[in-house]
Amino acid sequence: MGGQAQREPKRPGTADPPMVRIALITIALLFLALFLFIPVIAVFAEALAKGIGAYFAAIADPEARAAIRLTLMTAAIAVPLNVTFGIAASWAIARFDFPGKQTLLTLIDIPFSVSPVISGMLFVLLLGVRAPLGGFLAAHGIKVIFAEPGIVLATIFVTFPLAARELIPIMQAVGSEEEEAAIVLGAGGWQMFFRVTIPNVKWGLLYGLVLCNARAMGEFGAVSVVSGHIRGHTNTMPLYVEILYNDYQFAAAFAVSSLLTLLAIATLVAKRFLERRVVPAKQEQDDLAVKVAA
Amino acid sequence: MSIELRNISKRFGDFVAVDNINLHIETGELVALLGLSGSGKTTLLRIIAGLETPDTGEVLFHGEDASAVSVRDRKVGFVFQHYALFRHMTVFENVAFGLRVIPRRARPDEAAIARRVHELLKLVQLDFLADRYPSQLSGGQRQRVALARTLAVEPKVLLLDEPFGALDAKVRQELRRWLRRLHDEIKITSVFVTHDQEEALELANRIVVMNQGHIEQIGSAEEVYHHPSNAFVYNFLGNVNLFHGRIENGRVFLGDTAVELENTHAHAHPQTGKAVLYVRPHLLEIVMKPNGKQTFPATVKSINPAGPQVKVELVAEWGDMVQVEIDHERYQALHLEPGANVFLRPKEQKLFVYSI
Repeated sequence: MGGQAQREPKRPGTADPPMVRIALITIALLFLALFLFIPVIAVFAEALAKGIGAYFAAIADPEARAAIRLTLMTAAIAVPLNVTFGIAASWAIARFDFPGKQTLLTLIDIPFSVSPVISGMLFVLLLGVRAPLGGFLAAHGIKVIFAEPGIVLATIFVTFPLAARELIPIMQAVGSEEEEAAIVLGAGGWQMFFRVTIPNVKWGLLYGLVLCNARAMGEFGAVSVVSGHIRGHTNTMPLYVEILYNDYQFAAAFAVSSLLTLLAIATLVAKRFLERRVVPAKQEQDDLAVKVAA
Repeated sequence: MSIELRNISKRFGDFVAVDNINLHIETGELVALLGLSGSGKTTLLRIIAGLETPDTGEVLFHGEDASAVSVRDRKVGFVFQHYALFRHMTVFENVAFGLRVIPRRARPDEAAIARRVHELLKLVQLDFLADRYPSQLSGGQRQRVALARTLAVEPKVLLLDEPFGALDAKVRQELRRWLRRLHDEIKITSVFVTHDQEEALELANRIVVMNQGHIEQIGSAEEVYHHPSNAFVYNFLGNVNLFHGRIENGRVFLGDTAVELENTHAHAHPQTGKAVLYVRPHLLEIVMKPNGKQTFPATVKSINPAGPQVKVELVAEWGDMVQVEIDHERYQALHLEPGANVFLRPKEQKLFVYSI
């Protein structure tokens, strides 16, 4: 009996044999190393290949600075707009029943299901100088395509589901009872919104904001089509990296890339932190239900 | 403040939630809306609060039409079934909320708010929890915080939606007594919704029994329990046995047995003569010998002697299950065993008979 227990270590019936576990973990780690760690290290290694001086020179280049400025400006416009849209859409969907609710939900997802390049082409077709609307705007001195407004529009288009998608389930889970309680206690619409609605979804809102920002800064396809690649004017950071790369300026290309990589790492850290806050908020609800039932 | 409901109707799609309801509630009354889920009681409460708009009819507060008055100006306090405490605020901030959203001109200063909040928390005996968050409280404590928060704005009417529905039996009893005392102290016109008849009978001055969107009966606990206006009310307020029988020439037949009842309001279906008799388990007596025309035979199936009364389950001669409650002395005197053949006798003559 004792020998039996020795040979069969305390392993729950559902656990896999050690060999399987080791194999699976090894595969996962190798995969991560191959596709994530090595490329990230390579980006920084290549960026610093010509020394730290060249690295900073590449970033300080006027064209690079213009690209960084344009990227920041685009995000600064697109992110607040989409967060506002996200709050409005998720509130409408979570609180009200109206005809076309399902259609609205589907429409919100369109930018996810359409290739970014095609999204960009849509704007060219709609607002290019040969299109009636674009022609009209051009006649009045407003240039959209191959100019900054086109880049901002394309970025808004590809990022607009992000905040809404994140907020809809949270708004639905929170429910409207607390909002009703606020109104009965004498709060006005805005008081209810800022004191009850927003605090209840704030972590989800921040999470959506982080995702939206990452995508807005990193978008390539849609922006590439509408940009026109005018150096120092309509190049965002990802487009500028491509140009540098095609010019065989590898160190400079990787230097600018490293900035985007740092953004990605910061986003992941923020995402990880916020996910922990979003999930306990939902957990709390479940705990409450369990306690009430007990 | 008195409340008057006139011809209130509300439908959700094809579902008629509230069907032409008229109700008057006096100042300072404590009224229960009692009914099963789906009977329209919560909808009616939400209409009084202004959280729902009735399709037809009007709500009058103190004789004045409140239809045009928005929820925030109605001066009603509403306690939600799941409390709806603000989860990101401490207990203190929850209670202070109603005071903080008052327009600046009329808003009390910070010291006055703090004073008022602590006063209310003392009233609900939770002052020591002021810094906690709702998730750190028990169900009963949350319920009391919700009440304190509601009372902070000095409502003229207190509306409670299943106030003790989510609590366990012991806490529920305690809170019930506590609410009764509170109401005696502050005398605020209160309406609460419940599906628990015991709660309604114990707590309310008047009970409004609701069924499928309309009112079946309005009356004191005594009236609705002892003088139910119809079979639904009788059936709903307490356990009952249902006997399917028929009435011929004023005599009630159960199976082949004629039970002679001096029942004046027995009325059967005009064509079939079919009727249903409702008898509460404690209004039946078990005897060993037949006693004229008032007894009918039955066989003991099972006995549950736990509790203040002994619950005996029997099968009547014609196959209906019958529940009878007798006291322990009687039970011992009878020497009942499962399988024993006995006779049942209604203690009262006025059984509830209803035509089908």
